[in-house]
Amino acid sequence: MSDPLLSVRDFSVTYDVDPPVEAVKHVTLELRRGEILGLAGESGCGKTTLAYGVQRLLKAPAVITSGSVVFHDASGEDVDVHRLDAEQMRRFRWDKVSMVFQGAMNALNPVAPIGSQLEDVFEVHRPGMSRAQRREAVAELLEIVKVGRQRARSFPHELSGGMRQRVMIAMALALRPQLMVMDEPTTALDVLVQREILRQISQLRHEFGFTVVFITHDLPLLLEISDRIAIMREGEIVELATAEQIWTAPRDEYTKTLLSSFPRLTGERGVVAR
Amino acid sequence: MTVLEVDRVTKVYAVRGAGQIKALDDVSFTLESGRTIGLVGQSGSGKSTIARILTQLETPTSGQVRLDGQPIPRRGAGLRAYRQKLRMVFQDPFASLNPYHSIRYHLERPLRLDGVVPGAEVEDEVRRLLTRVRLDHDVIDRRPHELSGGQRQRVAIARALASRPRLLVADEPVSMLDVSIRLGVLNLLADLGREEGLGVLYITHDLATARHFSDEILVLNQGRVVESGPADDVILRPQDPYTRELRAASPDPEKHFGSVSGALGGAR
Amino acid sequence: MTAVQPHPAEPSPTRDALEVGTTATTVARGRSRVPWRFLAGRAGFYLFTLWAAITINFFLPRMMKGDAVDQYLSRNRNVSPEAADALRSLLGLDTDKSLLQQYVDYWGLLLRGDLGVSLLHGLRPVTEVISQALPWTVGLVGFATVVSFAIGTIGGAVVGWRRGSRLDGLIPLTTFLSTIPYFWLGLLAIALFSVTLGWFPIGKAYGVGMTPEWSAEFVGQVIHHGTLPAATIVLASLGGWMLGMRNMMLTVLDEDYVMVAQAKGMPNRRVLWRYAARNAVLPQIQSFALSIGFIVGGTIVMEMVFSYPGVGKLLLDATNAKDYALMQGVFLVITLSVLVANVLADVAYAFLDPRTRQTEA
Repeated sequence: MSDPLLSVRDFSVTYDVDPPVEAVKHVTLELRRGEILGLAGESGCGKTTLAYGVQRLLKAPAVITSGSVVFHDASGEDVDVHRLDAEQMRRFRWDKVSMVFQGAMNALNPVAPIGSQLEDVFEVHRPGMSRAQRREAVAELLEIVKVGRQRARSFPHELSGGMRQRVMIAMALALRPQLMVMDEPTTALDVLVQREILRQISQLRHEFGFTVVFITHDLPLLLEISDRIAIMREGEIVELATAEQIWTAPRDEYTKTLLSSFPRLTGERGVVAR
Repeated sequence: MTVLEVDRVTKVYAVRGAGQIKALDDVSFTLESGRTIGLVGQSGSGKSTIARILTQLETPTSGQVRLDGQPIPRRGAGLRAYRQKLRMVFQDPFASLNPYHSIRYHLERPLRLDGVVPGAEVEDEVRRLLTRVRLDHDVIDRRPHELSGGQRQRVAIARALASRPRLLVADEPVSMLDVSIRLGVLNLLADLGREEGLGVLYITHDLATARHFSDEILVLNQGRVVESGPADDVILRPQDPYTRELRAASPDPEKHFGSVSGALGGAR
Repeated sequence: MTAVQPHPAEPSPTRDALEVGTTATTVARGRSRVPWRFLAGRAGFYLFTLWAAITINFFLPRMMKGDAVDQYLSRNRNVSPEAADALRSLLGLDTDKSLLQQYVDYWGLLLRGDLGVSLLHGLRPVTEVISQALPWTVGLVGFATVVSFAIGTIGGAVVGWRRGSRLDGLIPLTTFLSTIPYFWLGLLAIALFSVTLGWFPIGKAYGVGMTPEWSAEFVGQVIHHGTLPAATIVLASLGGWMLGMRNMMLTVLDEDYVMVAQAKGMPNRRVLWRYAARNAVLPQIQSFALSIGFIVGGTIVMEMVFSYPGVGKLLLDATNAKDYALMQGVFLVITLSVLVANVLADVAYAFLDPRTRQTEA
């Protein structure tokens, strides 16, 4: 299990505003192939900046000030992500690392049918595929995530929140990437739908074997689904340990604070009262 | 003493092309002063419809809502009195405060409008309100954007308290706040309920906080109350299949790893 | 957020947790949904607007002071009083009839396509006078508006996409051009390109002594005469389109789906046109419809400056001469063109934005 998939070394991101904000400070992290790594923290802690920064998806005032990101491809080749030129980077994205975004409504283009948004991925990354092959691949993806192939012509607003998130997962799955970064993928959803989606993700993982980075502020959820959890605060990873260690023997004070911010569903009553 | 009685309330919406939809179906419950009821359900369960009826954005198709034994007045002085007695705390503390006005303005306005205290005592009352919601008095001349989300929600609660209500309706009051400050706000609501004899209706989708901050829980599903009772009974020993399903779906590390009471007891 | 129950007819295989509580949006059933209720509602609205416009059009000239026949008589002395009376009744200025009767008659004439005769143009039918002027206005200004819209929107998309680059300088430049009063811009253009450089004719739609015909020479003349007015219109209106599109682009570029498209490894061109611009153009469409509607009414200044024989000049002359029938006719054309433009915009919008198609009812 110590086969690394992604090595992040001394990674820093600064928002170049006045005064500059160090959003991510010298983060070093090794992602293991096949694991689910939970990335937890409150808003503004840098967890999303870190995840986007690793793929060089950050926009203008954000500047990567230090660090390297190496992707250890299944083929045995090591890819230094920050050395790729724009065109290589474009090809790398989604093919090796895909993302599932927060709030599925806005993540889908409102004026295009979902089928065409899925097809886009094949059109750009697999230019060799014929139109019919692309259509079939899209239909298959929609079947895999249990949205159904007949929805290919639906527009995003015609689907429920859970359905849209499944479409996003189908999209992330399209090129069979080795890593999926999930940014609050279930936060806006009702708890039953959330559970369905989680079940689906774990099922797909068994089938396709991708690695997951799961970003959320919902620590109890991470404790259930993750192999390891990284707790972030003010741009730094304050603790990184297995889910069980985080739960039973948290070392960092902030981890303890975060843990005690969530009342127990079935545990002792009263632990939270001041 | 009974503050709120919701008596067999049904709300039916006519939807084009889909006939009628029952948003609430024969819902009844009573809320005593000093107690908190957690209203739990998924979106579309009808919990927001109850809030809308209580705030008169909707009128029930049948059934009645009584506050202190009185049905909701339709207009006039009675309606004003009703609105003073029932106050809302909304989900989004960013949207519920006007960014243009200071905290002082937000708190003085209801005091003056409702004539709660004589003009000379308004300033003191504003400070008392801030104390009650555990805010420093130096926020008084700031504007909402200068405060954190948690502070803003406390201002919203102080504003709700200004007219000396009998009932607070808190609709997902912490779901937009950072996790580490949520409990503080919820604790504040619970304390206010207990210490000042307010009735609190806590509307949420989160079973865990509902359990810890409510005396009683009502589980709504598709407009119906499928289960109700003391909070621990409903969550720990759910009877209804839907409640069980909700519980099973909610994250519960306890169940996953086993209890670690002691390790965290006393933290915070 | 209202409560929505799963539709009983929905063929949900097993009890799908998805459908239980989250369907705040309707789930699509079947494909070809023609939004009849929406269309009927719009049609009703437009019919009402049309009726109101025509009615106002009927009353407006009648509330103005002065009598067109008096004016006509003052210019043509040798008309007998009997002939003048006949002229009045012909023009609907017959005060013997009740207003209601006049209104009914007016509608009757209108439905037969009879807009009366123009005093100013030697008693020729108004429809004939207008249909002679209309193609010039619609052709020239319509063409210029479309060109301006296209350049401005495409340019705005590119400028918005490359925010912070040197292209940003285009925005103040085009905005400056659109703040110059149009008549001044027109006169400057004439002074420079017609008088000083002599590249283009000073005015009119075609050379003196030519008769309209489909010949290469005549078409060449029209283009030669039309270039300067068209170019000035484009210059003057470009800024608005560009600024509007650029601002919408900036908004849209912050949307998640643009970020997703980039994360998906889409080439920049594709992200720009298929994801960003495709969404940013929606508000532009509505402004475009408005400006199409105002083509006919808004060209008076241009037609004066360039002595262009269009509808604007017609309206101006008709107003000065109190030629009610012609004024009414021109107003009617303006009203109709605004309405038609709005219908077109509705259709275009419904075509481009699937969200309007579905649940406007």
